[in-house]
Amino acid sequence: MASGHSNAARPPAKGPGKNTSGKIYVTETGEQIHGILAQFATPADLFHAAETVRDSGLSRWDTFSPFPVHDMESAMGFSRTKLPLLVAVGGFSGVGLGYLMQWWMSAVDYQLVTQGKPFGAWEQFVPITFELGILLSAFTAIIGMLALNGLPRWHHPLLKKDSFLRASQDAFFICVEASDPNFDPDRTRALLESAGATRIELVEE
Amino acid sequence: MSSIHPDQTTAQRLAGVVKTPGMQPIPPGSGDGTLIDTPGVRAPLVLNNRTFTEVTDIICGYTENAAPRWWLPMFGFAATVAGIGGLFILYLVITGIGTWGLNNQVDWAWDITNFVFWIGIGHAGTLISAILCLLKQKWRTAVNRAAEAMTIFAVICAATFPGIHIGRQWMAWFLFPIPNSNAIWPNFRSPLLWDVFAVSTYGTVSLLFWYMGMIPDFATLRDRADERLRRLGQGGPTILPFIPVRIDAVRVFAYGLLAMGWRNSGRHWHRYEAAYLILAGISTPLVLSVHSIVSFDFATSILPGWHTTIFPPYFVAGAIFGGFAMVLLLLIPSRELFPNMKDFITLRHLENMAKIILATGMMVGFAYSMEFFIAWYGGNYYEVAVFINRAFGPYWWAYWAMISCNVLSPQVFWNKAMRQSPIVIFIVSFLVTIGMWFERFVIIVSSLHRAFLPGEWHMFHPTAVDIMIFVGSCGVFLTLFLLFLRFLPVFAMAELKAVLPQASPHPHHDEPHGHGD
Repeated sequence: MASGHSNAARPPAKGPGKNTSGKIYVTETGEQIHGILAQFATPADLFHAAETVRDSGLSRWDTFSPFPVHDMESAMGFSRTKLPLLVAVGGFSGVGLGYLMQWWMSAVDYQLVTQGKPFGAWEQFVPITFELGILLSAFTAIIGMLALNGLPRWHHPLLKKDSFLRASQDAFFICVEASDPNFDPDRTRALLESAGATRIELVEE
Repeated sequence: MSSIHPDQTTAQRLAGVVKTPGMQPIPPGSGDGTLIDTPGVRAPLVLNNRTFTEVTDIICGYTENAAPRWWLPMFGFAATVAGIGGLFILYLVITGIGTWGLNNQVDWAWDITNFVFWIGIGHAGTLISAILCLLKQKWRTAVNRAAEAMTIFAVICAATFPGIHIGRQWMAWFLFPIPNSNAIWPNFRSPLLWDVFAVSTYGTVSLLFWYMGMIPDFATLRDRADERLRRLGQGGPTILPFIPVRIDAVRVFAYGLLAMGWRNSGRHWHRYEAAYLILAGISTPLVLSVHSIVSFDFATSILPGWHTTIFPPYFVAGAIFGGFAMVLLLLIPSRELFPNMKDFITLRHLENMAKIILATGMMVGFAYSMEFFIAWYGGNYYEVAVFINRAFGPYWWAYWAMISCNVLSPQVFWNKAMRQSPIVIFIVSFLVTIGMWFERFVIIVSSLHRAFLPGEWHMFHPTAVDIMIFVGSCGVFLTLFLLFLRFLPVFAMAELKAVLPQASPHPHHDEPHGHGD
C-alpha cells in the first residue's frame, strides 16, 4: 500500500499519550488539550477527509467510525499489520509444544504399552498437535490484536466527550492529537474544516 | 421501541407503525423484497432502508427495552427444565451410572448420542461465522451472532455428557494431561483423548471468536447507556424500586468491562479485521477437524457399523445439516417475536439456509446409502448383518425415523414455494433435528446391541434418568439462548452497518451491496 506521506522527517512517535511536539496546549479554563475532534456526516466524507489529513503530514491522528469503513487503511495510509506474523509464531509454538508434550509424556516420561506400537510414533500425535496449534493461534490473534491496539484501556479522553459516544452508533470522527509535532490549533482546525467537518470541538486531556 | 429516539416519526417508524415515504419498492413475487431471481439485481440485505441510527436503535432496543411479555414465562419454563435435568444429574452422580439403561453390551447409548447430537449442532455456527466469512457471503452478518451463541451453548450441553458418563465424575480431570500422584499420563493413542482436545479447543476458539465479534457491539451498548446517564443526570430507572442503583450505571460497568475500552478507532478496526479474518481462517479447518475426530471415536474401533472410512466427511456433513436446522428453529420464532427483526433476517436468509439444509441433507443421504453399498461390496459378513439389522431389526423404527426425517423431509425444498415459507422451513427443521438425534442413536445403539456372538445380544431401554438428563440439556440450551436474546447484542451491529448501501466510502462508484456478493 503506497503511503501518501512519509514519517522519516519527524521525530519518532514514543507511544500513545506521549507528547512528541514538546508543546502543551491548554483551554481557556486551563485544562490540557488532548486534541481536536471533527465530526463528519457520512462514511464517504470521513474517507476523503482521512485522505486530506494523511496528505497534510500529520501523524498522530485517528478516524472513528461505528464499523470498519472499507479500505480505510489506504485512506489513512498505514501499512499492513504485524498481527499475521504474531499468529504464525503463536500457531507454530502450539504445534511444537503440543507435539513435544505428547512425545515426552508417551515416549519418555511414562512409556505406556498400547498394542505393542512404537512409543514415539508420530502418527498418533497428529490430531492433538493440530488442535493445540489452532488453540494458540486463536489466543495469539485476539490477545495480539488487543495488545497492538493498546487495549484493554478503560479510560480515554475521547470517551469523556458526549458527542463522541455516538461514534459507536452513527457518527464519524477524526481526532488530531495535540502531541503531533505538526499540530497547530488554528491550522489543524482549518484543515479539518476544509476537509468537510460538520462540527469541531476541543478534547480535554 | 428503543429508549433513544430523537423524534416521534422515527419512533413510529422504528415500531413499524408508519412506513416512510421513499421506502424501496417491493417487486411482485419477491416475498418481502429479497426473493429476487433477476440476474444483475441484488436483493437488499437489510429491509426498509434502515439508517445507521435505526439499525443501532432496533438492535440495542432488544436488550435496553423492557423484556417482551413472553420472555419471562418462557425463561422460567426453560430454567425449570434445566434445573430438573440438573437434579437428575445429581441423582446420577450420587447413585451411579447404573441408573441409566446401559447394559454389558450397550455401554454407550443416550449419553454419547446426546454428546454427538449437541456437538454437531454447534458446527453450523462456526460454518456461518468462519466459512461463509471466507466465502464473502454478506448475508451471514445477520445470522452469525445468534448462530455463534448457539454454538457455544451447544458445546456446553455436549461437554456435559462425556463428563458425566465416566462413572466416577469426580475423576473427570483425568481426561486432561495433568500431573498426578499415579505419575501416569493419558493415552495419546486413544481417539477419545483426541476428542477431549478437539472439543475443548473448539469450545475455547468459538468462545474467543464470539467474544471478539461482540467487542464493538459491547462498546455501542456501553456508550448508549453512558449517553442516557449523562443526559438524565441522577434520574433514570433503578434496578429495583428500593435499590438505588441505576440500570444504566450497571450497563456502563458491565458492557464497559467487556468492551475493553473499544473506541471504534480506524487503527483498531484495521487490526481487528485482520484478527477476525485470521480467526475465520483457523476456525475453518478446526470445525472440519472436530467432527472428524468425534467420528474417530467410532471409526477407529473394529466394531461393524462403526469401522468405516466414510465417517469423518459423513459426520461433518451431518453436523452442518443438523446445525442449520437448529439455527432455523431458533431464528424463525425469534424474527416473529421481536419487533423489526424481519428487516435483518429476511426471507432470503431463510431460503439460503433451506438450500444448505437440502444440500447437506443430500450428502447425508448419500452417506447412508454408501454405508449399505460398502457393506455389500466389501463382502464382510458382519458388516452386512449389522446394516440389515439396522433397517429391519428391532431398531427398524429408529432407522426409518432417521431416513424419513433426514433424507425425505428436506426434499420438499426442491419446491421454491416450500423453501420460501417460514412455517414449512420450521417444520422441516424440527424434523431434521429429530432425525439427527436418531442418526446418532442408530449409529451407536444399533451397532452395539448385537456383537459377534448371539449370546451377547441385548436391547437398550432408556430409563427416566436417561430421558430427563437429555430433556434437561435442552432446557439448559434454551435458557442460555433466552439470556443471550435479552442481554447480549443479538446481531453483529458493526458488521450489519458495514453492509448497508450507505456504508460505502465511494457511494457513486459502487454497486449496492447485496446477497449475491
